[in-house]
Amino acid sequence: MSKEMTGAEMVVEALKDQGVDTIFGYPGGAVLPIYDVLFHQEKILHVLVRHEQGAAHAAEGYARSSGKVGVLLVTSGPGATNTITGLTDALMDSIPLVCITGQVPTHLIGSDAFQECDTVGITRHCTKHNYLVKNVADLPRILHEAFYVASTGRPGPVVIDIPKDVQFSRGFYTPPAGVAHKTYHPKLDADLSAIQAAVEMMAQAKRPIFYTGGGVINSGPAASTLLRELVALTGFPITSTLMGLGAYPASGANWLGMLGMHGTFEANNAMHDCDLMIAVGSRFDDRITGRLDAFSPGSKKIHIDIDRSSINKNVKVDLPIVGDCGHVLEALVRVWRAEAKHADQPSLDAWWDEINQWRAKKSLAYRASSKTIKPQYAVQRLYALTQNKDVYITTEVGQHQMWAAQHYHFDEPNRWMTSGGLGTMGYGLPAAIGAQLAHPKALVIDIAGEASILMNIQEMSTAIQYRLPVKIFILNNEYMGMVRQWQELLHGGRYSHSYSEALPDFVKLAEAFGAKGIRCSDPALLDAAIEEMINYDGPVIFDCLVDKVENCFPMIPSGKAHNDMLLADLSDDAGLELGSIIDEKGKMLV
Amino acid sequence: MNTPASPPSPYSAALSSSKIESHTLSVLVDNEPGVLARVVGLFSGRGYNIESLTVAEVAHAEHLSRITIATSGAPETIDQIHHQLERLVPVHQVTDLTTSARSLERELAMVKVRGRGENRADALQLAEAFRARIIDATTESFIFELSGKPGKIDEFVDLMRPIGLVEVSRTGVAAISRGPEPI
Repeated sequence: MSKEMTGAEMVVEALKDQGVDTIFGYPGGAVLPIYDVLFHQEKILHVLVRHEQGAAHAAEGYARSSGKVGVLLVTSGPGATNTITGLTDALMDSIPLVCITGQVPTHLIGSDAFQECDTVGITRHCTKHNYLVKNVADLPRILHEAFYVASTGRPGPVVIDIPKDVQFSRGFYTPPAGVAHKTYHPKLDADLSAIQAAVEMMAQAKRPIFYTGGGVINSGPAASTLLRELVALTGFPITSTLMGLGAYPASGANWLGMLGMHGTFEANNAMHDCDLMIAVGSRFDDRITGRLDAFSPGSKKIHIDIDRSSINKNVKVDLPIVGDCGHVLEALVRVWRAEAKHADQPSLDAWWDEINQWRAKKSLAYRASSKTIKPQYAVQRLYALTQNKDVYITTEVGQHQMWAAQHYHFDEPNRWMTSGGLGTMGYGLPAAIGAQLAHPKALVIDIAGEASILMNIQEMSTAIQYRLPVKIFILNNEYMGMVRQWQELLHGGRYSHSYSEALPDFVKLAEAFGAKGIRCSDPALLDAAIEEMINYDGPVIFDCLVDKVENCFPMIPSGKAHNDMLLADLSDDAGLELGSIIDEKGKMLV
Repeated sequence: MNTPASPPSPYSAALSSSKIESHTLSVLVDNEPGVLARVVGLFSGRGYNIESLTVAEVAHAEHLSRITIATSGAPETIDQIHHQLERLVPVHQVTDLTTSARSLERELAMVKVRGRGENRADALQLAEAFRARIIDATTESFIFELSGKPGKIDEFVDLMRPIGLVEVSRTGVAAISRGPEPI
């Protein structure tokens, strides 16, 4: 039934009808009518962030950990432009967001009015879709369409820009009632012939591997269950991208660990030497493939993806399957069973023997120390002391992110929130806030670096205001560690501006915000300090002073192939001589 | 095993070795604000070429516009462009007219030529050969209107250059498939 109301009331009504219970936002002149409507209701919790970028990442953390659409509400001009990094991050990592921005009144658009910017123009390149609502009659449809577009197909961020006069105008609101979009209808089910062809290829494979990605997580928990079933049925080894961690359990027998630039020796070598690669919801990005012309040269490739444009974008595949990972995996399991297929067991056994030899390299090993805390050791202890809890992990970007991916192990999907595609420093704290709001009783930890955490440290205030007991575990090596590692690799160890000088005292900083601060620099005291953090009922900043010069291994240097990995040198304190490893062409890459 | 000769970059080696082709893509879109910017932005953002672009509403009641884009690239790139266009929310349909069907391509041009005496006579003769119409004339100039495939227009313009070409205005390519069926 349609009801007459103002545009601002429609916004809040539509949010309720879409099942939204939490939004992240920051008020300002051009969204005041919507904030006034929020004032009169209690169904939707509005979380006041301290910077609009924080709102976007918090909405991402909320969405990624809950499977729901994340919603943010910001004002025009700077409010909108401050969300750009978060929107781009969500676009790259396929996170469903609806971002509502205020805009100057319609008659002022184009006049360079106060706090005016061309929001739809600016966000066109960093959203899946966006709308400028010029007529209140279009608003209900656009609001519902935005949720549909954000959450279906390959998910992504959608912006709705609403001028202030439209927020005040009255019109008729219509509830969602089965949105029939004019043009956007993603294909969910694959053709049976493709499924049969895939099953046939799998049954004949001698050295197969599953290479799965964030698409499996996006498809929902059922897809992860089906993936586990298919892996169990076939006995194939499985590796995953950074974004896909948790879809298959790290404790599972067939797990090879993460692949790619900082992936395990066994995962990358298995990718290189396989004869059948089954890519599920992964997109062959450059952190995964390394040198393209040497990428898995002897394999047939099956690529399952809901986004047709991901197929053959970077790597040519033999069998494309366009569809939702969950639907396709269900069909693969069904057909594999119905046709009573089985893997080529003798070949598979030989393949596992080979893989186990790579595994024996123990590529994640590092030189232990009783004097300084090794960053890997810190993550391992954090994992050991929290693995039996209801835990969600977010990260910032850099070395600590890779160490977290390598040494913190995930057995369930949606437990791991990280900025993969865009690589956004400052993502972790707001994302942790979002995850904590979606899971109020869970233990949410942001594994951070001392440089990244300062990029959105203002959100500590948000955590305090809403009593969100997020734990920030800083691996503090006083360097932008990944930058330093690359300067070591490419620029003769000239550490141009990568030293974190004039750092704050993180314990005092925590206290200044009203949180708890803990510092630890002694490996012998680390466990007790981590326990103290876990047991504290409130937000904590944990300043973990780690080895300052540790580098992140194993590593595929830029421009090299999967079977050309650098392993940590465990015998020598000086470590590897990195300066000459990357050739001139590799140096051009990022 | 594939071992291409000296790839330009280790990352871009695998898919970019093929030869460059020209294709005409027909894109049916919802005629909503910003849709052209979306399409053009896709090309600039991903580094694709636009050789010509034509857009106009083709069904007023349904708010549909047809964008015809002449582009060039390796076959894999053309394939990517096709699927990237399909991904845009207001896009109904993308057809590669170069590969999918026998298609007709036409472009309209207006060509201003200035000259007296022998040059004037030459211009008129060539115009007749190309079936160009005179749509404006003064004692020292003509404006010709001609339509045809882009190559024919290129040829006409080249011939007019020594005679006294002043300027050219072209519409870009419009295209449609042959036979009774729609694109």
